[in-house]
Amino acid sequence: MALSYLRSSSSRSANLLRPLSSAASLRRPISTDTTPITIETSVPFTSHQCEAPSRSVETNPSELLTFFRDMALMRRMEIAADSLYKAKLIRGFCHLYDGQEAVAVGMEAAITKKDCIITAYRDHCTFVGRGGTLLEVFAELMGRQAGCSKGKGGSMHFYKKDSNFYGGHGIVGAQVPLGCGLAFAQKYSKDESVTFALYGDGAANQGQLFEALNISALWDLPAILVCENNHYGMGTAEWRAAKSPAYYKRGDYVPGLKVDGMDALAVKQACKFAKEHALKNGPIILEMDTYRYHGHSMSDPGSTYRTRDEISGVRQERDPIERVRKLILSHDLATEKELKDIEKEVRKEVDDAIAQAKESPMPEPSELFSNVYAKGLGAESFGADRKELRATLA
Amino acid sequence: MAAIFQGVGAAATLSSSPSNSFVPKKFLTSPRRSFCVPSSVVVRSDGSVNFDLNSKSRRAQQLVANAVATKADSSAASSSSNPGHELLLFEALREGLEEEMERDPCVCVMGEDVGHYGGSYKVTKDLAKKFGDLRVLDTPIAENSFTGMGIGAAMTGLRPVVEGMNMGFLLLAFNQISNNCGMLHYTSGGQFTIPIVIRGPGGVGRQLGAEHSQRLESYFQSIPGIQMVACSTPYNAKGLMKAAIRSENPVILFEHVLLYNLKERIPDEDYICNLEEAEMVRPGEHVTILTYSRMRYHVMQAAKTLVNKGYDPEVIDIRSLKPFDLYTIGNSVKKTHRVLIVEECMRTGGIGASLTAAITENFNDYLDAPIMCLSSQDVPTPYAGTLEEWTVVQPAQIVTAVEQLCQ
Repeated sequence: MALSYLRSSSSRSANLLRPLSSAASLRRPISTDTTPITIETSVPFTSHQCEAPSRSVETNPSELLTFFRDMALMRRMEIAADSLYKAKLIRGFCHLYDGQEAVAVGMEAAITKKDCIITAYRDHCTFVGRGGTLLEVFAELMGRQAGCSKGKGGSMHFYKKDSNFYGGHGIVGAQVPLGCGLAFAQKYSKDESVTFALYGDGAANQGQLFEALNISALWDLPAILVCENNHYGMGTAEWRAAKSPAYYKRGDYVPGLKVDGMDALAVKQACKFAKEHALKNGPIILEMDTYRYHGHSMSDPGSTYRTRDEISGVRQERDPIERVRKLILSHDLATEKELKDIEKEVRKEVDDAIAQAKESPMPEPSELFSNVYAKGLGAESFGADRKELRATLA
Repeated sequence: MAAIFQGVGAAATLSSSPSNSFVPKKFLTSPRRSFCVPSSVVVRSDGSVNFDLNSKSRRAQQLVANAVATKADSSAASSSSNPGHELLLFEALREGLEEEMERDPCVCVMGEDVGHYGGSYKVTKDLAKKFGDLRVLDTPIAENSFTGMGIGAAMTGLRPVVEGMNMGFLLLAFNQISNNCGMLHYTSGGQFTIPIVIRGPGGVGRQLGAEHSQRLESYFQSIPGIQMVACSTPYNAKGLMKAAIRSENPVILFEHVLLYNLKERIPDEDYICNLEEAEMVRPGEHVTILTYSRMRYHVMQAAKTLVNKGYDPEVIDIRSLKPFDLYTIGNSVKKTHRVLIVEECMRTGGIGASLTAAITENFNDYLDAPIMCLSSQDVPTPYAGTLEEWTVVQPAQIVTAVEQLCQ
């Protein structure tokens, strides 16, 4: 911190006073620098039936700046989605992920695009993490053709097959058996890749989760079940819904790890550890202790079941973007101004994507009948006025 | 063999139109699955070769070789020089499954007791020994999750065959079947196909009780995106099983507990049955009787009586429960002008109800009398034998209905 103070004070005073050599040494190109740095996670990991990984995480300046940029992008995107929803351009259900960005970003840093991710309906940022573009996100949210699901899925149904992102599911908990099926397919084709099946603390009480966990453990599937515990299942606090809120222990015979989900580096370390474990020993549960600033969805103000003080408290003390910002500044990897510039850039990117998405047209009426079956079967469908509208399901 | 090769050339030129040509999507979309062989050529038992399962131009050739005007239990299966071989329906299902598993390494089976036990109705007997534990998987009793797992595996390109020990148990997996299986192709904008087959025995058996005598085709019929077929003879059981496995769509194959021991002679060569086609069991002139699964045999029994009384019923086994084969059905209605539907579903909201609506909407002008639909009673199936008999449609009732219809 002392160095940055010196730098900022010297830039306030005359340029002549700043020695050229120190300027050269402080202005190295940070964005591509990969010299390793070791950073300690905020809290140690708690483990169940396994040995916790070390608290020291190896990273590098380039990765930290990527974390910052990606999380800032996700945060900005979710806030823009909030405004779009209030402007009635996004309808239906919209579940926002701001506050939880570290989980998406940390996970991506530990895995490849060959590993599969499947999640529930809070999927906008996970989709972006898997390589989805902002245009696809906003167009899908607004129901336009340029959306990732051609406007036919909506907020809860983002998919990206080519980077193994399997969605995007509306029914709570139903994605976990699907995720174990993905892990089964990976084992079947001997891929050496793993599946991360994400679910929330509310879904952790679903029976199908335990069924799927049992089968995965029996068949040694490379499945990693990740509980994104934001402490509220819709409007019900976790202590009112679960007898045992230690979700990482719920696997019983399956090992578990509790991670600070607001620390992107801890998430990265845990996911790396989990991937190695799953490939050798079968399923493992990760519990990400995280928090969402918005309510459950846009129809939920988010303040009837928790206090505003709690929300702002978490925002002050544990915000994932602020943590990475402090790390970057303390290790002198960028100046405050540069970080602010990144945020401005990101804001512009989001605004441009929204403008572009608004121009994308609504789907053609014929799209109503396409993609029902994989090949046209000649099955016909028609509206109430049978002679007016008669179409073949394609 | 020469005839078949000639057929290849002819069929290739016929199927050049883009809307009908088959594109092996597997190669294009999932490089990881490159060891899976897509289906492209089908040799039919009558010697013609199909590239496309749905081409309307093929319809004239596609009448099943053994669908002649005889009773269902003694059909000449093979018109070519091969004598064929005789087997029971469950063995035909197993043969179809085994052949597909040999042909395509992506096909796997999951279900309760399918592996070491050999299947509760012996459909998967010895398959675990032949293909190993990774391809024939014994699951715990957890329908919701193993159906979900099958669907997840299908999303990546595997072709699982999920067995429900009894169709009624699949009610526990209804969410997975409806939301994930049926709708994923649509909600992902076409990114994922779900080539899964969900099969199992259903229907009213011999005093199995209410919960084990369910007819799930009525519950599943509204789910968009799935196909439903019901087999009734060893010939179509094997054919439909193979076609269902090769199909890119999710297919639910309904078998019937009481039909597993039917014996028939089937062709030796490779064949499939079209999933969207109905089967002409007995051509006739006076009345069209539409039926499927076990009721086909009640209808054929009634047909014997009707023929003796001087009627000439046309019996069609609709086979494809979703979508209906309105082409075959329509042609029949145009010929006979009278329709009787005999089904095992309940009166309310069953397959018969939908079929009645479909025929009325499309062929109302050709009907000389209102459509009659005979279905099971709207009650849970009782245990007592006599009561159970009265729950389902009996041949005597079919005879009475035809007489009423043909007045």
